[in-house]
Amino acid sequence: MEGVGRMEAEGNGRGYLSERGWKSWAFTLDHKRIGAMYLWTTTVFFLIGGVFALLLRLELLSPQARYFSNHTYNVFFTLHGAMMIFLFIIPAIPSGLGNFFIPLHIGARDVAFPRLNLASYWVFAAGFLVIIGSLVAPMDTGWTFYTPYSAKSAAAVTTLSLGIFLIGMSSILTGLNFIVTIHKLRAPGMTWHRLPLFIWGMYSTSIIQVIATPVVGVTFLLLAAERIFGVGFFDPTKGGDPVLFQHFFWFYSHPVVYVMILPAMGIVSEVIPVFSRKPIFGYKAIAYSSVAIALGGFLVWGHHMFTSGMSPLANAIFSLMTFFVAVPTAVKVFNWTATLYRGSITFEAPMLYALTFIFLFIVGGLTGPFLGALATNVQLHDTYFVVAHFHYTMMGGTVMGFLAGLHYWFPKMTGRMLNEKVARVAWALIFVGFNVTFFTMFILGVRGMPRRYAEYLPKFHTENVISTIGSAVLAAGILVMCWNFLQGLRKGAPAPANPWRALSLEWRAASPPETENFPEIPLVTEWPYGYGTPKG
Amino acid sequence: MDNVLAFGAASGQAGRVDALFVMIAVIGGFFFFLTQGLLIYFAVKYRRRLPDRDNETPAITGNPLLEFLWILIPSIVVVVIFYYGWRVYTDQRIPAAGATEVHVTARQWMYEIRYPDGRTAINEIRVPAGKPVKFLLSAADVLHGFYLPDFRVKMDMIPGRVTTLWVQPDRPGSYQIFCTVYCGTGHSNMLAKLIVMSPHEYEEWVEHGGREGDEGGEHEPLVVRGERILSNAGCLNCHAVEGKEKIGPNLRGLHGSKVPLEGGKSVTADEEYLRESIVDPGEKVVKGYPNVMPTYKASMPPDDVRAVVEYLKTLK
Repeated sequence: MEGVGRMEAEGNGRGYLSERGWKSWAFTLDHKRIGAMYLWTTTVFFLIGGVFALLLRLELLSPQARYFSNHTYNVFFTLHGAMMIFLFIIPAIPSGLGNFFIPLHIGARDVAFPRLNLASYWVFAAGFLVIIGSLVAPMDTGWTFYTPYSAKSAAAVTTLSLGIFLIGMSSILTGLNFIVTIHKLRAPGMTWHRLPLFIWGMYSTSIIQVIATPVVGVTFLLLAAERIFGVGFFDPTKGGDPVLFQHFFWFYSHPVVYVMILPAMGIVSEVIPVFSRKPIFGYKAIAYSSVAIALGGFLVWGHHMFTSGMSPLANAIFSLMTFFVAVPTAVKVFNWTATLYRGSITFEAPMLYALTFIFLFIVGGLTGPFLGALATNVQLHDTYFVVAHFHYTMMGGTVMGFLAGLHYWFPKMTGRMLNEKVARVAWALIFVGFNVTFFTMFILGVRGMPRRYAEYLPKFHTENVISTIGSAVLAAGILVMCWNFLQGLRKGAPAPANPWRALSLEWRAASPPETENFPEIPLVTEWPYGYGTPKG
Repeated sequence: MDNVLAFGAASGQAGRVDALFVMIAVIGGFFFFLTQGLLIYFAVKYRRRLPDRDNETPAITGNPLLEFLWILIPSIVVVVIFYYGWRVYTDQRIPAAGATEVHVTARQWMYEIRYPDGRTAINEIRVPAGKPVKFLLSAADVLHGFYLPDFRVKMDMIPGRVTTLWVQPDRPGSYQIFCTVYCGTGHSNMLAKLIVMSPHEYEEWVEHGGREGDEGGEHEPLVVRGERILSNAGCLNCHAVEGKEKIGPNLRGLHGSKVPLEGGKSVTADEEYLRESIVDPGEKVVKGYPNVMPTYKASMPPDDVRAVVEYLKTLK
């Protein structure tokens, strides 16, 4: 491996992809290959999780159980949530795109600990294999594992939580690796304020992963001790407290929504300036707001528990803290919008998805105050309003950011261009389908339909039918997009090194990059957003 | 308001929650149109005009005054929303003096109601209009929820704890209660009603020992009474009479049939088996079904059990 590609100029052959055979993948220490393995794996789980979602929507076509029993429905929504959260949305951007692009962005040859990086992938693989193994007695507790139900359930709760424990370990190792990489391996001249904003997002995310993930690991150990040895941490008949589990669980699971969203915000911050030909507006505000969100995100977990019998004072404090986390998020949206001002905007697929991110995230963000305010939270908690809000931020936000990143970096990762027309058709279907599916759920929630209902009162029928139709359109869009990716991989036009005329370092490497990334470590003399004509 | 929320607010309290909802919607709507408007306006106005050449773009990198303003203004707005949300919530949490108390214990998958005078009921709470009601909530097995959408309130029901919720129902009517904390297979069938009666009717109902005016008289046929009890006691949350099976076995055709049991034996469903399965359901568990049915030994007097069995016999 030593020296391969280093002496070669850009664009010849297939770069880091030139080695063949399964061993060249399974034992690779190349961050790009490891990133690609994560991308493939997480995308497959995204599609499987999506199939579960479609089955849920299918059942909800009718108010009474029609296609599946209530138990089967409950298993489906558990698996939809668990797979989407733990096997797709948490690892996809950080471990997939992060692995691939952090070293390229900062001008390094690899991450700080390549072997640890490979180990992270295989721990992740062990995790998803265990999770698949748990399907022999599929879990029906919801992805939140609330006790005492999860402690009593006969399903393979312990197995599934072991799988998530492993995934969490992989997540911690990856986070650690990235923090060290960003601190120690920046190219000469790459000061903190010249870092691409994607790196700021990834850095903040890594901090959360390292600090918060151990808590969920410990929580699952306690749950396992309860199930296997009968220790009553969460069992009131033995002096435990079921609500304690919720505190532990959300102490991880709230910060982790920022693990999901911050890297996506980073991608949007990369894409918007490139396709507007304008410097990013308010670089420092965007960069520091990521860190603020990451730290503030640790203080708001109680807002998932306003109706759990916490004291009104604790509820009030959590409510106030929650509102303050909203401010740095709003600041980002304002800065992205201001970046467009007086730009020269083109609408290739990455830009379409980035703008869609902002559009949908504003809806998700503005429906947040209904849930952050105590009195309206008590009304809307555990209804479809929450489901809608969550999907607007996570699917409308994170997934759109992920898709923006995939389209933006596809030429770099594969050396091939995507068909732009097909990409636009897919985008249009996804945009329309998404809004029809999930906006309807806001209405259902306000009308009082509780979530996780296999059967529902007939008065909610119309909205459910509309939502299911939307989900079919959304699925069609995803399929067209996947087809476009596969076509692009097989016979897309060869990509130049820098098809989008972007200034960040990854575009100085070949498409696809050589194993060593750069022939020479680049010397960085300016920030990556120097678009536009300086005054005077 | 009713048009927006589809339910009418059933109490003054609920009206205040609705007012808060509208306030947030108005503020949110303003920022929605401001941000989306600018996003779309900029995207259209500053699109690239010439296919092959960029517009001249200025190298604007930021504006400290704008950054300051758009940190300050949202901060003020969220504090205002927080404050009103907190105030309305605090009023909700302090029970009015002289509230009627009702104890509600949830279990998979029903609500057991107990009034202070010893009356019990299942899945149906009756209270007089115009007086505050305080619910003392608990759970017997796993977490459950107690959600009154018309009153815009809910509270979790937790094993080993008592949580409380109070409402002041202004108008007589029948109001839905949903379980909102996922509790297993029968979660979405765990429905109940809050029936608010005019004070006069309520008095009469209590005097009748908790029965409606003409129902349950001495001359009510056993079968009619059995059917009424079956639907009031929550049996139908888990047992269907027709159609797709719910959590437990269907009831039609049960009497006289041969029932396979856990452990390999089987039994003919005669009167004694039906009686035993109501008062001691864990004794003979039907093969393939979870052993989750609670006992009705305390909540259903022998006369009522007899009536239910007689009704089951008519379901052929």
